[in-house]
Amino acid sequence: MAIVVARNLDKTYDTGEVSVRALRDVSFAIDAGSVVSFIGPSGSGKTTLLNLIGCLDKPTAGEIRIDGTDVGSLDRKQSARFRGENIGFIFQDFNLVPILTVYENVEYPLIMVRDTPASERKELVRELLEAVGMADQQLKYPDQISGGQKQRVSIARALVTKPKLVLADEPTANLDHETAHLILALMKKIRTELKTTFVFSTHDPKIVGEAEVIYSIEDGVLIDRREKGNGCDA
Amino acid sequence: MHNILKIAVRNLTRYKRRTFLVATLIALGVMAVQVFVASSSSYKSLIISQITDAMLGQMQIHKKGYLVSVENVPMNLNLDQHGASIVEGILDSMPDIEACSPRIRLAGMISNFVETTNIRLYGISPEKEYRTVPLLPKRVIGGSSELKPGQILIPKLLAKGLGLKVGDEVVIIATNKEGSVNGRQFVVGGIVESAPGPGGRDGYIGISDAAELLRMDAPEISEYAIHLKSFDKLHAVYEQLAARLSKEVNAEGKARFEIHTWESLAPFANIAKMIDIMSIFVKILLIAIVLVSIMDVMIMSVYERTREIGTLSAIGTMPEKILAIFVSEGVLLGLLGVIIGNVLSLAAIYAIRFSKFTFSFGMKEGFILMPQMAMSDIVFVSLVVIGVSVIGSLQPALKASRTEPIKALRSV
Repeated sequence: MAIVVARNLDKTYDTGEVSVRALRDVSFAIDAGSVVSFIGPSGSGKTTLLNLIGCLDKPTAGEIRIDGTDVGSLDRKQSARFRGENIGFIFQDFNLVPILTVYENVEYPLIMVRDTPASERKELVRELLEAVGMADQQLKYPDQISGGQKQRVSIARALVTKPKLVLADEPTANLDHETAHLILALMKKIRTELKTTFVFSTHDPKIVGEAEVIYSIEDGVLIDRREKGNGCDA
Repeated sequence: MHNILKIAVRNLTRYKRRTFLVATLIALGVMAVQVFVASSSSYKSLIISQITDAMLGQMQIHKKGYLVSVENVPMNLNLDQHGASIVEGILDSMPDIEACSPRIRLAGMISNFVETTNIRLYGISPEKEYRTVPLLPKRVIGGSSELKPGQILIPKLLAKGLGLKVGDEVVIIATNKEGSVNGRQFVVGGIVESAPGPGGRDGYIGISDAAELLRMDAPEISEYAIHLKSFDKLHAVYEQLAARLSKEVNAEGKARFEIHTWESLAPFANIAKMIDIMSIFVKILLIAIVLVSIMDVMIMSVYERTREIGTLSAIGTMPEKILAIFVSEGVLLGLLGVIIGNVLSLAAIYAIRFSKFTFSFGMKEGFILMPQMAMSDIVFVSLVVIGVSVIGSLQPALKASRTEPIKALRSV
């Protein structure tokens, strides 16, 4: 069953005198529980597409449905609520809150987004920190841990609310090759445990292989779909 | 709310130096206001009490039209026995009045048998007068304030000019309302120090002596001076008395009496008003300091944390919670400033009290400034600072809460 369905998506940025068409007539569907990657060179439209899926931006034309909701029609507050309830984000630069400890960063969405009771919070955070291997670092602040550790915390934060969909924009761009593979392996492991759908973008062909479904995008056009295992093009 | 405050506190400690500087600026502003208000209030209260409790009384009742002619000491505008009994009846029925004193005011000449000069006198009943203006006996710097029949309390400057001392004999000559000139011999019973304000250089004789000097069959009262149990009730009692007195009309249907608070009688009231206005301006200055400081630091904070705001928004934090985080930061900053400011103010005020700083007013020297911080001032200034902190942080906080996450995440 598809959790994300996009039909004829168009996105044009008007920057004064110049109009940039970032996406052109993009259609796709992502099955629930899958690990999907969008690959393409810089400026190809990967981030724009992830922003649309993540309800951070609205399409100029076309429709995008997440778990049946037309997210393009949501207003600012509805979008925020929808993101909090359904989507987890993993950022390229980790984007941890510097004033919060590792534990508090993971706990943040449960307090400020979900209003989860304290007793439940403790258990959820502990589980996730153990899953990403950061339980022993929970009292440290982001500036006291490495890039790979930050991304682990970022993954735990994205998953702590048990979202249906996790979006990761170039999640390994700031990590070395070995750490990048470890992070993606971790994402897949958690996906299996929590049955969460992972969608990530990358321009690094070495880590693309971790995805089950790979979409290639170039100049805002979806040009290819491959599934791992049968190797066939869509 | 606890978590929002926790985040706000962490953000304030994140930029320790900036927080310290802004809190210090607010604290200094608060201290300046509190010390100014406490000192000026102390100064004002001291002078007002000198004026009202040393000679004037807190309120005065006269026959209608007396005050506009007061410089002429109009004997024809004294209250007759009937009028005086009406006023006394009203005053006796007022529970907030501590004491009242009937006075006969007169202008005349004083002679030491060698020289003669002008003098203004109050004819008083010492017991009533000293209850109404309790600081008057302390003004008697030579002799006794007892003021027995036949005695006179001579103003210090006049005593000096005429070379008079306690026990000397003088002659007072005065004209009564019929125009006849009368004279009587008095013994100097005491020397009275000058006091600031109208009547501060007048002498005193007994009210019966004054009536005799002016050949009145019975004392005709120029004014009733009034002292209240609580000075804070001045205007409330004034309103009540004015209402009661306004019902008393003469044969022509016009008001028989007029009543004035000390503010209408002493020019210092204008200085007191100026002090109040200056206090308002100092408070406005504090508001400006707090507003500019908080706005500046919060605008900076929002600008620096744009990407962080984008992250919080992206992961689903509702705009009102982002707003609350930034407003809380502003309020906590203001609160920190106001707490430090109030503590510093208390220290500064106690330092002033301890130093026994003195000043002079008019001819009187040696007033000791004893500033006191009223709880109402602490509460008022604190609420103003916190309120202004909310206003100052609101605009940056609104900006933060309305930031589009996609734009915020793109910022460096």
